[in-house]
Amino acid sequence: MRRCIALLAAALSLSLAAAPAAAIDAPTLRAIVDGDTDARVAALHAAVSTGDATLAPVLQAMLDDELKFDEAHVWRVHDGQASDAVTGAAATLPDEAQDVMVNNRLRGEAQAALAALRLQAPDAAVRAKAIATLRDAPDESQLAIVDAALARETDPALKGQLRLLKAATLVASPDRAKRLQAAGLLATGDDPATRALLGERLGPRGESDPEVRAQLRSALAAVDAHLAAGERLGVLFTGVSLGSILLLVALGLAISYGLMGVINMAHGELMMIGAYTTAVVQDLFRAHLPAGAFDFYIVAAVPASFLAAAFVGAVLERSVIRWLYGRPLETLLATWGISLVLIQAVRTVFGAQNVRVENPSWLSGGLPVMSNLVLPYNRLAIIAFAVLVLCGVALLIARTRLGLFVRAVTQNRRMAACVGVDTARVDTQAFALGAGIAGLAGCALSQVGNVGPDLGQTYIVDAFMVVVLGGVGQLAGAVVAALGLGVLSKLLEGVAGAVLAKIMVLVLIVVFIQKRPQGLFALKGRSAEA
Amino acid sequence: MKRLLSPWGGGLALALIAVVVVVPVLHVALPPGSWLHPSDYAVALAGKIMCYGICALAMGLAWGYTGILSLGHGLYFALGGYAMGMYLMRQIGRDGVYQSDLPDFMVFLDWKALPWHWALSDSFGAQLALAVAAPGLLAFVFGYFAFRSRIKGVYFSIITQAMTYAAMLLFFRNETGFGGNNGFTDFKRILGLPIATPGMRAALFALTGATLIASLALARAIVTSKYGRVLQAIRDAEARVMFSGYDPIAYKLSIWTLSAMMCGVAGALYVPQVGIINPGEMSPAAGIEIAIWTAVGGRASLVGPVIGAFAVNGAKSWFTQVFPEFWLYFLGALFIAVTLFMPDGIIGALRGVPRTLARRRGAGAREEGARADGVPARTDVAAGEVQA
Repeated sequence: MRRCIALLAAALSLSLAAAPAAAIDAPTLRAIVDGDTDARVAALHAAVSTGDATLAPVLQAMLDDELKFDEAHVWRVHDGQASDAVTGAAATLPDEAQDVMVNNRLRGEAQAALAALRLQAPDAAVRAKAIATLRDAPDESQLAIVDAALARETDPALKGQLRLLKAATLVASPDRAKRLQAAGLLATGDDPATRALLGERLGPRGESDPEVRAQLRSALAAVDAHLAAGERLGVLFTGVSLGSILLLVALGLAISYGLMGVINMAHGELMMIGAYTTAVVQDLFRAHLPAGAFDFYIVAAVPASFLAAAFVGAVLERSVIRWLYGRPLETLLATWGISLVLIQAVRTVFGAQNVRVENPSWLSGGLPVMSNLVLPYNRLAIIAFAVLVLCGVALLIARTRLGLFVRAVTQNRRMAACVGVDTARVDTQAFALGAGIAGLAGCALSQVGNVGPDLGQTYIVDAFMVVVLGGVGQLAGAVVAALGLGVLSKLLEGVAGAVLAKIMVLVLIVVFIQKRPQGLFALKGRSAEA
Repeated sequence: MKRLLSPWGGGLALALIAVVVVVPVLHVALPPGSWLHPSDYAVALAGKIMCYGICALAMGLAWGYTGILSLGHGLYFALGGYAMGMYLMRQIGRDGVYQSDLPDFMVFLDWKALPWHWALSDSFGAQLALAVAAPGLLAFVFGYFAFRSRIKGVYFSIITQAMTYAAMLLFFRNETGFGGNNGFTDFKRILGLPIATPGMRAALFALTGATLIASLALARAIVTSKYGRVLQAIRDAEARVMFSGYDPIAYKLSIWTLSAMMCGVAGALYVPQVGIINPGEMSPAAGIEIAIWTAVGGRASLVGPVIGAFAVNGAKSWFTQVFPEFWLYFLGALFIAVTLFMPDGIIGALRGVPRTLARRRGAGAREEGARADGVPARTDVAAGEVQA
C-alpha cells in the first residue's frame, strides 16, 4: 500500500515536472515534418534521444494527420481549431500551409519513437507495452532513451525486459564490443522472442565474428534451458489440472461405486445437470441482479448445482436403483438408460447446442509465472476446489454420523440394520451425496469447457478408469489415480498426440489391471470371489 | 434323449427358414409395383437387423449363458465390417472419384501405395477369413489376459467399454488407414458383380438368413452340450466350478472368442447390405445397445436375443422416421423397464407369468444374501436366476 502511494507521488511529480520543461523547439519540429525522408528520420531520432516528453503529443498529432506546416511554423489542426504545434497557443492557419505527409517508413519510426517516449510513463503496464512494441523493431537511435529508462526503472521484471530490449538494440550494432555485451545480456532472456532473435543472429546473414558467435550460442543454450523448464512446468500444470478435474468426477463415483457397489453410468449426466444448473444460475444473475453481482454468480451456482444433482440422484435411487442392489450388471444397463433419457431431456429443454457459461471476471486471465507459462485462474481455482471437495468428502466419511452409517452399511448391511441404522435411508443419502458431488464437478467443468448435452459422455470413460485404477472403497486410490492419469496423459500427449496418448493410457490401464486386478489401493481380503 | 427342438422353437425355426427363402424370391420375382413385393428398403432393413440378430445371439452366449457382459461387442462387429469393407473398397477399382487404383481416401491423403495391412485386400477369401480372425484374435488376447487375472462382472464390462472406445479413437485417425471419420462407403460391386441390384440384395439377404439359422443351430448345439452346461455353471457359481476341478478360464475364453467371431461374421454381412462402415459402430453407445437387444429379447435363451434385435431395431426404424426426438426417451425407458420389470425379456414374459413371479421372489432372497457379505456386491447378474 505504501509502495503504491509512493509510486503515485513519483508519477505525479514526474508529470508535473515534465509538462512545462524544455519543450520541443520549432526548427526541430520543422525538420521532422518536411524534407527528404532520411533527413526527417534522422531529425526524429535526434529529437527522441533527448527523451523530451513534449514530443509525444506532437508525434501523435502527426500520426493522426493533424499537422500542417509552412516555411517556419508547424500548426496543429484539431476539430477545425488551429494552434501552434510547439507552444499550443491558438493561431490562424495561413493559406499557404501544407499537409504533413507521413509515409509508411515515417509512420513506423514515429510509432517506435512514441513507444520510446512512453518508456517514461508512470503506469507500469504502459511501460511494459512500450517495451514490447520497441522489441518488434529495435533501433540503435533509441539506445539513449532505453538507457535512461533502465536507470530509472524500479520494477525488477520490467528492468529485465529493458535489459533484453537494450541487448536486442545492440546485437546488430557495428561495434563488436557492443555486440559481445548484447550477447551476454540476451542470455538472461527467457521468452520465445529472445530465442528467435538469437536464432536469427546465428543464421547465415547474422553474426560473422567467431567470438561473438560463441557468446551468442551459449546465450541461446541458456535461453533454451529456461524455455524448456517453462514447458515442462506447463505440462505438469495441465496434467495436474486434468487430474483435478478427473478427481472431481471420480470422487462421486468413488462413493456410489466404491462404497455402495452401484455402477452409475448416468454419473456423467449428473455432472451435466450440475453444469446446466450453473448456466441457469448465471442467466438468472444476469437478468435479475445488478451488473456488479454477476461476478459472484458462481458462489450461488456451487450449492445450486450440488442440490440439483443430489435431488435428481435421490429420485433415481428411490425409483430405479433401489430395486437393483446386488445386480450390478443390471444396474449398469438401467443407469445407461437413465443417462439416455437425461441427455434427451436436456436437448428438449435447452436445445442441442452448447449453452454459454461465462467466467466471472476474477476467474478470467491468468497468473504469469514465466514468459511462456501462464497459469489460468479458472484452472487454479478448479485445483483448489477439487482439494476442498476432497477434504470435505474425507471429513464427511470419517467424521460425521452419515459417514459412519455409510461405512457401517458398506461393511455389514445386516448388522447395521440390527443396531438400528435405517439402511434404505442411508442408501438414498449416500447416493444423493455422490450425485451432488457429480453436480459440483459439472459446475467446475462449466468454467473450463463446453456445456452441452454430451458433457457427461466426454469424461465418463476416463472417470471409470480412475475408479478401476484406484481401487474400490478408498478415497486415496481415487486421488493418486486421478492425478497420475492426468499427468501421464498430458506427458504422453506431448510425445504422441492427443488420440494416441488416450489409447496408450487405456492400454496401460488394461495392462496394469493384469498385475493388480483390484487397483492401486485394494482392500485386503482372502475371498475367492475377489 | 433331448428333444431336438421345443415345439414352438421348432415352429419359429421353420418360420425363419420360410422367411429366408420366400422374401428373396418375392423380391426378385415380382415387379416393384406389386403389393407382395418387399421394397428395397424393407429387404435391406430386415437383412441389416438379421446381422444385428447374429450379434445379439453371440452376446446371449457370452452374457446370458456364461455371465460375461461385454460392452465391446460393437468393436468385434465393426472389425468384421471393416475387413469386408476393405475388400469392397478394392472392388471399386478405378471407378472412384479420383479414378485411381487406390481407394479415394488414400488418394486424398496423398498416399502412394497400399499400407501393409491392406496387403490381402484384393482377395475375397482372405478378407472373409480376416473378418473372422481379427475379432477372434483380439478377443482371444484380450480375454486371455482379462480372465487370467480373474477380472469379472462390472469390472470386465467397463474395461471392454474402454477397449472399444480406444479402438474408436484409433479408427477415427486418418493415419490408421481405415478412412478416418468417414470410414468406407460408395461400394460398387462384390465378387465382380454390381452391388445395388435386386438380385444381389436378395442373395445377401438369403445368405444372412442362412448364417443366422446356422448360428442358432450352432448355439443350440453348444448350450445343450456338456460344455454348455459348464458354461451355465460358471455363470451361476464360478468359484464352485473352479473348486470342482474345472478350469473356468478355458471355458470362458473359448465362448468369448467364439462370440467375437460370430460378431465379426455379422459385421462382414452387414457392410455390403448397408453400404457403409465407420468408427461410429465402435462407439460405447453402439456396444451397449447390443446388450439391450439381448436383454429385451431374453438373454438366457437363443431365439430371445434375435427377437430382441428385431423388436428394438424395428422400433428404432419406426421412431426415427415418425418421432425422431423421442427415440432416446424410448430407448432409455426400455433399458430401465427391461431391467426392472422383465429380467428375462420377452421370452421370459411369454413363458408364463406365474413362473416369472416365483423366480423373482427367489431372486429377492438371494439379493439379501449378496448384500450381507460385506464386499461391494459383485455377484453376477444372472446368479442362478435363469434356467435355460
